[in-house]
Parts: sequence; C-alpha cells; structure tokens
Amino acid sequence: MTNTLHRYGKSESFRDDFILFCIPSVGKNDEGAVEKQKAFLRICARHDPVNMGNGNRGSFKPERHLDPRSHWNRDLSPDWEGVIEGVNKPGTAAAVFDSEEKAKACLQEVVDADLGLSVNLSTSVSGAKEVARCCGIGRHSVEYSLGFTDPHDHLPNSQVLELATMCGHGMVSFNMARKMLDMVREGRRTPDQAVTTLARFCPCGVYNPARARRLLEEARTKAT
Amino acid sequence: MLIDTNKCVACANCVPVCPMGAIYVDPEIGRARINQDECVECGTCFRGMSQEHLNPTLVRTVRKLARVFRFRFEPEPDVCPTAAFVMNELEMPRLVRQVFSDPVVEHKSTGIKGRGTEEVKTNDVNPRVGVGEVGYTIEFGRPGVGVRFRDIQEMTLELARMGVQFEAKNPISHLMTDKSTGHIRADILDEKILSAIVEIKTTLDQVEAVLGAVEEVNRRIDTVTAVGISTRCDDSGEETQLAQVLEDLGYGAERAKTNMGLGRLTNAEAA
Repeated sequence: MTNTLHRYGKSESFRDDFILFCIPSVGKNDEGAVEKQKAFLRICARHDPVNMGNGNRGSFKPERHLDPRSHWNRDLSPDWEGVIEGVNKPGTAAAVFDSEEKAKACLQEVVDADLGLSVNLSTSVSGAKEVARCCGIGRHSVEYSLGFTDPHDHLPNSQVLELATMCGHGMVSFNMARKMLDMVREGRRTPDQAVTTLARFCPCGVYNPARARRLLEEARTKAT
Repeated sequence: MLIDTNKCVACANCVPVCPMGAIYVDPEIGRARINQDECVECGTCFRGMSQEHLNPTLVRTVRKLARVFRFRFEPEPDVCPTAAFVMNELEMPRLVRQVFSDPVVEHKSTGIKGRGTEEVKTNDVNPRVGVGEVGYTIEFGRPGVGVRFRDIQEMTLELARMGVQFEAKNPISHLMTDKSTGHIRADILDEKILSAIVEIKTTLDQVEAVLGAVEEVNRRIDTVTAVGISTRCDDSGEETQLAQVLEDLGYGAERAKTNMGLGRLTNAEAA
C-alpha cells in the first residue's frame, strides 16, 4: 500500500516528486519477499531519498513517549535504518526522491539487483517515461490519475490540496495542512519543522518533505 | 475511538488533526469530544500524534494561568500532552469504518493493507489488465471528505446495470450481497469511511460510458471521487491507445503510476 497516484498538481509540480516502490504479489513472488524488500530499501537509502516507508511506518515517526523538553529541540532527521529493519512481512516498500536523476540512478541499481519483485514509479507521466527510457526498461503497465471530481464543492484551495494529498490515505488532514501553512506564514514554525510535522502523520512513508518544503516556501508569499 | 475525559486538557491540538473534522472542544465539559457519527476510526489522532504523559491537573492549571494573562500557548502542534486517546475494540458493523479508513489495518478479503488490491502494480506477475483492456479504480471520499456505503452502492448499482466486471478480490466486491446487481450488505450502508475503491475492468470502447456514469452518479452523491485508469503497455513499452481516448474525452492525465515490469514468478508453486 502506498496510495501515491492522486497527488494534486500539474505535471510540472511533480519535478521533485518520484516515488519508487516494490511490491510482492500474493502467491506469485511473496516467498522470501521480506529480505528482498529490505534489499530494495538499502539500495534506495544509498541514493539520498527524502523519505522511505515499509507499510507500517515511515522514516519520520510519531513518538509514544515524547519528553516535554524535546519541544525545544525536536528531532527532524529521518530514520532509514528503522524503516529497513522494520520490514517484517511481505508488503510495499517505498522510497521518495526529489529529483529525476536520483530516481534514475536508484532504479538502475534496482534493475541490476534483479530482485524479482514488481517495481513501480509514481510521478508525472512524462517523468516516468524518461526514467524508464534512461534505464533501458520497456514499461509494462500504466495507471493514469484522472484527478478529483468535486461537484459539491467540498475541496479546499490548491495550496492545501497539494500539501494534504501527498498522503494518499488521507492521514494528513486539510485542517492540519492549512494550520502548517498559517504557522509558516506567521513565522511560528520553519518550513522544516512544518513538513516534518506533516510527514509524521503518513504511516506509509511516502509523504514528500522536499516538495512540501518548496510548496510552503512558495505559499509563504503567495496570496490565497 | 474514544477520548479519556480524565486525561484530556482541551488543548485542541487534535482538532485540526482529524481528517474528518470530527473532534471538537465541548465548552460544557471543557474537554475534547468526538462526533462518533462522523468519526471513521482511521486512527490518525491516536497513531499520528506523538504522546506525552504529563499530569493532566498540572497542564490544566498552566493553561488556565496562560489564559488569564492572554498568553499564547504554543505547544508542538502534533502532540497530545496527556495521551488521552483510547483505541477501543470495535465490532461489526462499526468495524468496517476502521478496516476501510486505517491504512495499517489489513483487509482480510485481500490479504493486503490499503483500500484496493494489487491493481496493476503487480500486473507483470499477476495479470489483471491486458492489452486493449482497461482497469479502473474508482475511489470515493478521497481526499478528505469521506463517504457512506449507501453512496458507494449508488455507483455499484449503476455499474452493475452497465454489465461491467467487478474485481473479485476487491474489498467492496467482497461486501456485495449480489455482484450481478451491485447491492452491498444492508447492515453497513449507513457506516461512514474515509474512502473506498471500486475496481472494475472493461474493454477500451467502454471508457467513455464508464467515466460518464461515474460523473453522473457523483452529482447525486455528496462526496468526491478520484478515478485511476490503467492498461497494459505494448511490447515496446509504449501506451498510446488509452492515452488517446482520455485526451479525446478531455481528461488531462498529469500523473501516473508505472509498472516497470521487473517482477518475476519466484514462488516454487507459481514458477
């Protein structure tokens, strides 16, 4: 599970959003998949990802016993090893990259590793074509997002949508995304603090902190 | 989901956290409450917020003092200072809320987490959609709006009338009492969930009719829809047929999920 297809934005907005994930198929190639998923994540970790996830947790994770003193010094760093070692059953393993070059280099190494699991890339249509071409891969299947249909006017503005829909399961609420936008605009939080706060809500580890940081920086001075 | 009123200090950090906007501070009791009819049991408040284990009386006293002096209380926005959320044991029919809303809960019907199936993500080893065929993931309630099964049934009834083929392993298909009519179990129709995906497959020439039906049904039901539409690429890795149909229909497909075709049958039995 990753749910990365329906991120809000135009193709150009996904220039720093490349999600590579591997997934075993039940009864087809799930035997021994745990070690292969770990191998996949280890390859990804070598290519400077901005987030990773194993289906149970991402590299930015809420704490069950937070020390009150940490309010002044909250840890904003990703925990790659915790994600890799946390793979405990066949499922989806994912890594998020903020450039096409990193995604290409990582996919090339994944191809060479020949893990035997299905590997998917979620990004703009043109971005995926280019990455596949550079790695000498003929794409197997493609699923297009047709975006959202909202005839009853439920959805918020594009800034909130872009931030919130990076967790496809909806764990980043519109109100929380709006709150972070406001806190950054008001100078009450830095973009780094705000994106880490949002990323902690995404248990799959596919929230893109780099794209979120760019969106927050852009939104800081943009009229709503 | 429940809030322990002995622990809650009404800091309201959890209010914006809820994807359904189901949490509010009740001024009569001075504590946060959950609107149980709107709560979809997604677990975001319980799992997504970090927890401190501070003394509730101490925190309430500090907050009262800050309020008297009109100090702005500026806590970390994703923290419950007293770990006041309680994830209670759920039974049917309410259990379906959690199964369809909490992404770390596994569907018994599919054996995987999430709201759909493997879709075309494993099409290279588990062929579901072939060349000239079109797979659809029609998702209701996403993003951030939610949906009740009664509204999803509006769609499944319409699709069944069109004679489309429902994906057998999809969780919604699993909850149908009659796949030929699209009827869903009556006991869950009023349950609200964060989102659900209906999966079907047709031939290329039916795309316009299906997408038209989705839009028409969406106008009748009070939620949002997100449609994913998939197909198999040709031997050279190109896909032009479906892309052309979508362009002709005026759909601008900006984003896609691409299966790179690296999967192999490796299970002893499958190989």
